[in-house]
Amino acid sequence: MVNKINTSGMNKLVLAIIFTFISFFGFASAHEEPADTVDALGQAAVQHETDAPVDISKIAFEHILDSHSWHLWGEGHDAVSMSLPIILKTDKGIVNFMSSAFHHDTHGTVVVEKDGQRFINFDENIYYASETPDSKGQYLSLIMNDKNQEEIENKMPLDFSITKNAAQLLVSALILILLFTSVARAYKTHGVTSAPKGKQSFLEPLIVFVRDDLAKENIGPKGEKYVPYLLTVFFLILINNIFGLVPISANLTGNIAFTLVLSVCTLIITNINGNKHYWSHIFLPHAPKAIWPILIPIEIIGILTKPFALMIRLFANISAGHIIIISLVGLIFIFKSVYISPVSVAFALFIDILEVLVAVLQAYIFTMLTSLFIGSAVADTNEDGAHTSDDAHMAEAKH
Amino acid sequence: MTGSIAAVGAGLAVIGAGIGIGQIGGHAMDAIARQPEASGKITTTMLIAAALVEGVALFGVVVSLIK
Repeated sequence: MVNKINTSGMNKLVLAIIFTFISFFGFASAHEEPADTVDALGQAAVQHETDAPVDISKIAFEHILDSHSWHLWGEGHDAVSMSLPIILKTDKGIVNFMSSAFHHDTHGTVVVEKDGQRFINFDENIYYASETPDSKGQYLSLIMNDKNQEEIENKMPLDFSITKNAAQLLVSALILILLFTSVARAYKTHGVTSAPKGKQSFLEPLIVFVRDDLAKENIGPKGEKYVPYLLTVFFLILINNIFGLVPISANLTGNIAFTLVLSVCTLIITNINGNKHYWSHIFLPHAPKAIWPILIPIEIIGILTKPFALMIRLFANISAGHIIIISLVGLIFIFKSVYISPVSVAFALFIDILEVLVAVLQAYIFTMLTSLFIGSAVADTNEDGAHTSDDAHMAEAKH
Repeated sequence: MTGSIAAVGAGLAVIGAGIGIGQIGGHAMDAIARQPEASGKITTTMLIAAALVEGVALFGVVVSLIK
């Protein structure tokens, strides 16, 4: 029987995504120099011509940090990038404009006037522009603070822009929604007892794994309630980790704000569903009363450190991996020799494969630890505080 | 001497990771040598423990990155 795979839905999706992105496309205007820019810095252009040593750490951080426009390829004036909407909440209301208004300037030299307010983009932060530029052409006012460091005095509006990471999150959320609703539809049409086909056969083992080996095993019989959350966390982290390894896309899971939100979700779910035994273990632990003054603060802090560790673990693993890959490929530029490239590419390939493993593993670890925390919060214990029937078994084994 | 103290700190944190993961791998190999049929479970457990140890070591790296 011919395998009728319904591809027209997927084709429409791919076309829709491509057209959405093309509509944001803004090519850098290589020939246009805005009249009010004092391009005294001109750093990117200068670095091309001089033999200044390549600052790999700056390039690496540019790749892993968030930005207001989605830079695709190219350098300086030849840069090709998509401009994204900038949405700011100021005292006088909401201001929005496209990031192409800044003309790729991140040094605070280009001022955008909108609704009577003036903004600059300095290091991918949006500030209210000062009235006059300083000696370097930047519309900032810098002051020395107590530690003798320069600090920026300008105020910042609340920044709700669709930055690169936010756009990446929207794309991966859309992909996940379409993927899983199509798999769910396949179950509805073919039924749950027929053999899975296509995307279903790839996703079903993963979903069943999360449901059985993570939820039911660690949370117990009440696990079914939490399976949607665990599946969301697992697949969101997995797909964004994999996306981060692709050259042009954004580094979302290596952004501490994203991992912070996920771990706060875990914190909230764990503590809202904590039952009497969970809280009694924290505030009235099963230990000699003499050490309670030490143990209870530790237990209370422990409520926060466990999700904190989740956040840092995912963020650091993914960011460190990206920095390593960029540094290895950047070796070619540091040595400025093409003969380094076999070594560099071989190392980078090896690390890339390791990073794919880390991507899957970190998604699994986050989900497993979340399910363990939820399990410890909803665990049923016997009346004297013993867990499960281990004590009964051990008593039997002794005889 | 060039470089920063932050880089030295990161290097020290990595020593911890190296020792930890090396121990895990070594014990995993011993276990597989004793019981080859359990090698699937042992490998899975080894990878999980390695990821957790690496998480701890990356705390140190993150602090040095912030500097």
